Amino acid sequence: MSAPALPRHITAVAMGASAGGVDALGQLLAALPREFPAAVFIVLHMSRERPSLLADLFQARCALPVREATDKEPVQAGCVYLAPPDYHLLVDAGPQLALSVDEPVQYSRPSIDVLFETAADEYGERLLGIVLTGGNDDGARGLVAIRAAGGLGAVQDPATAMVPAMPSAALGIASPEYVLSLDGLAALLRSLAAPASASPAAERLR
Amino acid sequence: MPHRNFDIELQLLVDAIYLKYHYDFRGYAQASLKRRLTTAMSRFDCSTLSQLQDRVLHDPSVFQPLLDYLTVQVSDLFRDPAYFLALREKVVPLLRTYPSLRLWVAGCSTGEEVYSLAILLREEGLLDRSLIYATDINTQALQMAQAGVYDIDRLPGFTENHRRAGGRTSLSDYYSAAYGKAVFDKSLRKQIVFSDHSLATDSVFAEMHLVSCRNVLIYFNRDLQDRAVGLFREALCRKGFLGIGAKESLRFSSHAEAFADYALADRIYQKKDLP
Repeated sequence: MSAPALPRHITAVAMGASAGGVDALGQLLAALPREFPAAVFIVLHMSRERPSLLADLFQARCALPVREATDKEPVQAGCVYLAPPDYHLLVDAGPQLALSVDEPVQYSRPSIDVLFETAADEYGERLLGIVLTGGNDDGARGLVAIRAAGGLGAVQDPATAMVPAMPSAALGIASPEYVLSLDGLAALLRSLAAPASASPAAERLR
Repeated sequence: MPHRNFDIELQLLVDAIYLKYHYDFRGYAQASLKRRLTTAMSRFDCSTLSQLQDRVLHDPSVFQPLLDYLTVQVSDLFRDPAYFLALREKVVPLLRTYPSLRLWVAGCSTGEEVYSLAILLREEGLLDRSLIYATDINTQALQMAQAGVYDIDRLPGFTENHRRAGGRTSLSDYYSAAYGKAVFDKSLRKQIVFSDHSLATDSVFAEMHLVSCRNVLIYFNRDLQDRAVGLFREALCRKGFLGIGAKESLRFSSHAEAFADYALADRIYQKKDLP
């Protein structure tokens, strides 16, 4: 079986991770080429007291600009946006970024479900959602929303995740198109930046 | 123009609320508003926003709980301690030069921000010559703010925030605890005026030395943000201060040029001395 490739109409990728997520996200971000054509939104659960140094940490490994999200910032293709600690990150019409201090959802703020649901509303079939390692079930309902809106779902293969609960939960209710190791997810994301002729699978899906 | 059912219904509901109850959510940021209304739909057992609209139009008792869903923001005392530390270290020395002070906490919800500011001013010896205007559109939240009663289990967090905000006294000096609640001191409230005010529809009511409006603007779209920041600009005295939320920015505001960065990392701006 050849490696899966993403259809060309994907213009945004939303990723969620919890325990073990710094390493997993670091690995995926390092795989993104400079010409990556989609916007990337990330929610990573972390202690709210921690100063947000993640953007710097990830920037050191990523060819794309990595920023902590600012409210009302217009979304740019090829940019990576991180939810700030203790704020929900939402995608609003435009598309532009929005933040909120609404109640934590399932004890989490930022919440992966909130990002996924609002991004699904804005991007519909142009969105890919990815649920990575973590010890709770955040992201599962959000991934259902992404798929219901016509978007694609990917989940880190629980057998390869540092903490399998979160990808397992998403796998259980969202029937994602892709269940892959981090290497597989990295290749999947890179397929979006590959020249059209080099990804026959993408052509087929058009 | 919205074309999906939910978006159409959202616009109709917001119009209905405005016409019937004169609360204006037309300029609220869509993504948060949608999420809150989706939560409200299940709370009120409605499967569509049209059903919710029907309920709220014909049963006024539904409006207040719906308003709570749309507006109430639970904060903490001294949320973002660095903000209050910056007020204390960088803004208070200038505030001290005025014989009397007027401060405005816009969108005060249940009052956590107001008491934080009052305690800080008390510690700096400024509260007695200060008048703090605490405003919100939700009169029930205002009543809770005025009561100044919080669950006792929130106090350890408040106390730690207060310490990190450079607190010079013990937070327990300002409240008394009983039956699982902490009641904040009446003497703080003597200098606070609680008042119903909408950043969407009302105008400026007094000249201010400091406006603190944190994590309110994120719920507004750009036009409404412009209106609100325009009110702050108009209300502030020459070289008055504006504090906003840690992840908010004046960068995208049409009033950006009227303000100078004062303590940018802590989102404190100073109104420029323009002619």
